[in-house]
Amino acid sequence: MNQKPVIQLDELSKVYTVSEREAGLLASMRSIVKRKTRDVQAVDRISFSVSEGEIVGFLGPNGAGKTTTLKMLSGLLHPTGGSATVLGYRPWERNRDYLRRMTLVMGQRNQLVWDIPVIDTFELNRAVYRIPEPEYQRTVDELTELLDLAPLLRKPTRNLSLGERMKCEIAAALLHRPSVLFLDEPTIGLDVTMQRRIRQFITDYNQRSSATVLLTSHYMADVEALCQRVLVIHHGNLLYDGQLSGLADRFAPFKTVEVELHNGAGDRQLAQYGEVMAQSEGRIMLRVPRVDTASVTGRLLAELDVSDLTVQDPPIEDVIEHVFSQSPSPLDAPESQKDQSE
Amino acid sequence: MLAFYAIYKSYFRLALMEQFQYRVSMLIWLLGGIIEPLMYLVVWRTVAQQQGGAVGGYTENDFAVYYIAVMMVSHATFTWIMWEYVYRIRIGLFSVMLLKPIHPIHNDISYNVGYKFLTLVVMVPIAALLAWFFDASWQPTLWSLAAFVPALILAFLSRFYLEWGMAMVAFWTTRIDAMNQAYIVTTLFLSGKLAPLELFPQFVQVTANILPFRWMLAFPVEILLGRVTPIELLIGIGAQLFWLLAGYLFMQLIYRAGIKRYAAFGA
Repeated sequence: MNQKPVIQLDELSKVYTVSEREAGLLASMRSIVKRKTRDVQAVDRISFSVSEGEIVGFLGPNGAGKTTTLKMLSGLLHPTGGSATVLGYRPWERNRDYLRRMTLVMGQRNQLVWDIPVIDTFELNRAVYRIPEPEYQRTVDELTELLDLAPLLRKPTRNLSLGERMKCEIAAALLHRPSVLFLDEPTIGLDVTMQRRIRQFITDYNQRSSATVLLTSHYMADVEALCQRVLVIHHGNLLYDGQLSGLADRFAPFKTVEVELHNGAGDRQLAQYGEVMAQSEGRIMLRVPRVDTASVTGRLLAELDVSDLTVQDPPIEDVIEHVFSQSPSPLDAPESQKDQSE
Repeated sequence: MLAFYAIYKSYFRLALMEQFQYRVSMLIWLLGGIIEPLMYLVVWRTVAQQQGGAVGGYTENDFAVYYIAVMMVSHATFTWIMWEYVYRIRIGLFSVMLLKPIHPIHNDISYNVGYKFLTLVVMVPIAALLAWFFDASWQPTLWSLAAFVPALILAFLSRFYLEWGMAMVAFWTTRIDAMNQAYIVTTLFLSGKLAPLELFPQFVQVTANILPFRWMLAFPVEILLGRVTPIELLIGIGAQLFWLLAGYLFMQLIYRAGIKRYAAFGA
């Protein structure tokens, strides 16, 4: 790759200090004198880089450290260790030129002023971001067309539905044509049609302006549609950085082998090849340990009357679920980070 | 500069539009700012009447003019920001402000000014009504009116910086009500709100001169009443400029330390 990285993280860490108090009057009186605090490692020495124009998916269960990372990259939070640059700026220094070139969209957060028409919030952003009038007009027209905003712009925010508001939020966040987009759950709470719409829009925007996008989502459909590359974070550690398609190779310990038999076979007979997941009309789905796939398919073909056989990776949702259901011990993490950098 | 003008114009417009939606609650808020000085006015006028027409050089008429002026200056310079920040930080509104390429204080200043302009529609007739009711006579000199304008602007800005900085304490603790209460009580005595500072013992007057609160309320009021000599005016403006700078530095210092601590929870 000869493109220069737009986003560069180097062992970025964030430790939150949270105060703890036991229940009860005595404990609360004690806490006046001596406050008990506990450190929570939200992000633990994460390193990665993103090139210009890439759309990268940031995956992880709740509390994995995704949002904390995005907040550090957008300058809301100061890290407690490591470093990061975005567009050559250190985000938390909050350089105005940097803030003018990036945006953070948070699914449940709103910058639209509740009681006034959407277009007036847009106007405010025009002034704050110092967008020249012709460019502003052009961008508003373009966003109106792409997101179908025309009927919404004159309505006060409070009269919009969640989906309508989200579209306007995204438009408001893009008026200044940022070259870096941090999208935190941009489709949360939206219906399927609206999700697809937003996805299409992100793709269009990315292509038109070659903006760099880092997004989190709980919807795998978002990630599959938008991101070739994903980062998987769990307990503050980066577990995986690579192609979405490679995720299964790396994490799914099983493959799905689907066989079609001429004569059928008994359950007990099939069980020696792998776990039977489903069986109907001669088609059998087997779950086979990844390492045994080759030998199992060999045996299946040799020992049974097979008319068709396919080997597949499990669905991406299952892979992700599998990864997150395992709690990696802190010792695993450096190794897996090393893995992905090789 | 031109960009700032455009930004302020937009904020200002927005503030007017938004506050127009809440006309009733706006009037209820105003009521507090009217009743408090009115109460002191009635009490001190009664005291003056019983003392044979004057207390410490303030006649019945002086009290009426003083408190009407206090009402207006206090209205012009008051802020509600110290109550707002805990809420803003808690629900994540502050994150939205931090993402913008502009210091968040600009939003608050223009909002405040927008509110003040809108409420002048109510405050000016009330002041006129009170003046008529208490038969207040006031003959301002041209130079005191001219001096009043910069003194009021300086009072507004220095008070804004100070209280905005204090609002930032919300970064360290969300229980700032006690601090706010202590601040209100202190300013009640030392800003000239409760009574003209001349009526207080010497040590209170000295304290008031040293601390910033007098310069944020009593001083512009005294100018308006023609109770300030040209020398005192210059000293006062100097004191105001000092507190403006001190307030600005205090505000910036605590803001910068605060955003380092900011956890952006729930945002």
